[in-house]
Amino acid sequence: MNPIKKLFDNIRPHIEEGGKFHAFRSLVDGFETFAFVPNTTSRAGSVNIHDAIDSKRIMSFVVIALMPALIFGMYNVGYQNALAAGVLPHCHRWDLFLYGALAVLPKIIVSYVVGLGIEFVVAQWKNEEIQEGFLVSGILIPMIIPVNTPLWILAIAVAFSVIFAKEIFGGTGMNIFNPALITRAFLFFSYPSVMTGDDNVWVAQQSILGLGYNVPDTYTAATPLGQAVTGHISTLDINAVVGLIPGSIGETSVIAIALGAILLLWTGIASWKTMFSVFAGGALMGWLLEGVKVGDVTNPILWYQHLIYGGFAFGAVFMATDPVTSARTECGKYVYGFLIGIVAVMVRVLNPGYPEGMMLAILLMNLFAPLVDYCVVQSNINKRAKRAAK
Amino acid sequence: MAKVIKLRKGLDINLKGKAAAEIAAVKCPGEYALCPDDFHGVKPKVVVKEGDAVKAGDALFVDKLHPEVKFVSPVSGTVSLVERGDRRKLLSIRVKSDAKQETRIFDTKDVKAALLESGLFAFFRQRPYDVVANPDDKPKAIYVSAFNSMPLSQEFEVALKGNEAEFQAGISALAKLAPVRLGVSSRQTSQTLLEAKDCTVTVFKGKAPAGNVGVQINHTDPINKGEVVWTLGAEEVIFVGRLMTTGKVDLTRVIALAGSEVQAPKYYKVLVGQQLTTLLEGNASLDGSRIINGNVMTGIKTTKDAYLAAHATEINVIPEGDHADEMLGWIMPRFGTFSTHRSYFSWLCGKKEYTIDARVKGGERHMIMSGEYDKVFPMDIYAGYLVKAIIAGDIDRQEALGIYEVAPEDFAIAEFVDSSKLELQRIVRQGLDILRKENA
Repeated sequence: MNPIKKLFDNIRPHIEEGGKFHAFRSLVDGFETFAFVPNTTSRAGSVNIHDAIDSKRIMSFVVIALMPALIFGMYNVGYQNALAAGVLPHCHRWDLFLYGALAVLPKIIVSYVVGLGIEFVVAQWKNEEIQEGFLVSGILIPMIIPVNTPLWILAIAVAFSVIFAKEIFGGTGMNIFNPALITRAFLFFSYPSVMTGDDNVWVAQQSILGLGYNVPDTYTAATPLGQAVTGHISTLDINAVVGLIPGSIGETSVIAIALGAILLLWTGIASWKTMFSVFAGGALMGWLLEGVKVGDVTNPILWYQHLIYGGFAFGAVFMATDPVTSARTECGKYVYGFLIGIVAVMVRVLNPGYPEGMMLAILLMNLFAPLVDYCVVQSNINKRAKRAAK
Repeated sequence: MAKVIKLRKGLDINLKGKAAAEIAAVKCPGEYALCPDDFHGVKPKVVVKEGDAVKAGDALFVDKLHPEVKFVSPVSGTVSLVERGDRRKLLSIRVKSDAKQETRIFDTKDVKAALLESGLFAFFRQRPYDVVANPDDKPKAIYVSAFNSMPLSQEFEVALKGNEAEFQAGISALAKLAPVRLGVSSRQTSQTLLEAKDCTVTVFKGKAPAGNVGVQINHTDPINKGEVVWTLGAEEVIFVGRLMTTGKVDLTRVIALAGSEVQAPKYYKVLVGQQLTTLLEGNASLDGSRIINGNVMTGIKTTKDAYLAAHATEINVIPEGDHADEMLGWIMPRFGTFSTHRSYFSWLCGKKEYTIDARVKGGERHMIMSGEYDKVFPMDIYAGYLVKAIIAGDIDRQEALGIYEVAPEDFAIAEFVDSSKLELQRIVRQGLDILRKENA
């Protein structure tokens, strides 16, 4: 027999009801189901065979899809730091990446430790299995915040969102809002200075373990959307596509996000209907609002620039397509996605206070997704009622 | 020319161990049993005692609420055991066969009376609720599906061979009760089916569960609240035909013994209620296997000493798989594994035949992914929403979403693909039972 299997078999009596370590049941269970495919067989009265797919596999593939954006994001953190220090031409690529990795890893660890910790406790308390949803949220959260976010603030935000956006609704699959976006919204409204500040949040300023460079606190680097508020964008589009611009850690590179999108669409985990309609809605609204005057500033963003700047692509690919919080009917997905695109661009252009509108657009549509579905399902119900009345 | 209906949604699971189209004999096991659980929705009242002599066609038990609905012995012999379980629940009535096979002769002038008296009416099921039909109802139609699209199922044409006249006689008899609608697969070629008289033939082209009578009803004449439709298995139509032509009850079926653990999968001539021991021993490796009384998708796990379920048209034997230790299933490629999901590689393997064991392969979760059920649920019903309404116990909403049109078996394929591993058939079964109680 497999030695690891044997180990789990030896531990099991101790974690069961009445065992000495019963308090760790959910933890051991969680690790065991990750190590081995559970070999419980189906009960009499239900289907005898099952597809090999389960939510662990699905969540793992979402995490894999996020890897290109995360790895590029780490590189970009180093790149922006060296650029700010003015030493970019002398830096080796690996040094940039290593510095970025050192800056980002603590955030990933804090996010996972806090979030999964709460998940384990809740699973133990409710006597349920660990739900895998936070595997994705836990990696998404560090990717949608500025690199300078303090860890303690991050920990509070993660705890808030896991408890109040997910667990009180009943856990993964029952939540109304995307927990990762709630984390960001919590930071955005509770600690505005660390989220946008005076544009000095986007570039890592301290050297870590001898890597990277110290940059003065007063150094500012605005995201393209931040610049747009002043009526002029100096960022090159090609840099925005590649991702070498200031921004949240994972959102900058359209190419890396596209790699993830391909995997998600190919495996069918994300709905192409949602993804496509977010871009369609954004493009349409961007085109309608081209050159609109808001206050004294003329909107300088062209329609296609909306799709590559800021968190638009990242939100469309990884956030809007979250199956739990998005519309669940196939027709509803078109409406849901389209409205996200429209609202996101509307917030960006028409509200100078919020240069980035993607987060608010997705959260708003999370709220309205059940309404969209209600209309779709109701049409089926009406059809049936009409048939019966005949 | 029959109307052809194409179904886009569905899933054909290509399992190893399909039955070859040859019929073999099997040694008579000597003991037969009728289990009330096979007839869902019946409150059984035993009408025989242990030691009584019975002929084939004599009632063993009746429905307490409708005593005219009888459940009859398939063989002649003596009642050897009235088996009861917890709280004296009737589990089975066993009959030791006397090998003479004496049969009662029934008067077939009045079709309904003959069906009730001979016990064949017990095989009729009704929508809504998927229970034994109520003889007092006036059904809108009687639906018969001439094919089963589930994996490892019986090919009805094999059973039909040599019974063509009886099948037609059965259809004609049913037509005297209500309009008959026959669903035929686009792959079936038998003229008896395609040119059946006294009924409306509809051809269905599509993947499983296209052979489910519920899917066929939904696409031809969906059930509204207050309406009743009766359904009958295709082979049971042959039973009716035999009764009409000979006046005798002959519950001989041709079942498929199929599955990856069966050595030479083929068809066997057996009687309803026959003990499975002689059928299985020597023909299938039973160690670490799961024997399924009925289809792999809808049947009940059973033992080798059990008795053929009343409606079962096949016995499937698959590996149980409870000792498989697959490491790191969430990331390993798992090449030999079947999945509809593209995170596995079955899409590369084309028409490979798979051996799938009985493991659930994941923990039960809330409904996370959307649209999974809809892809394999070829009805104009929002399956996910209906399941949620059942879980929530919201009867008005269940009605509005079309619970009267479905049976648990319609959710079998959806349950197979579900990544949240919810027991959809069980949920729907419980929902229907509660609804029936509430509406009674």
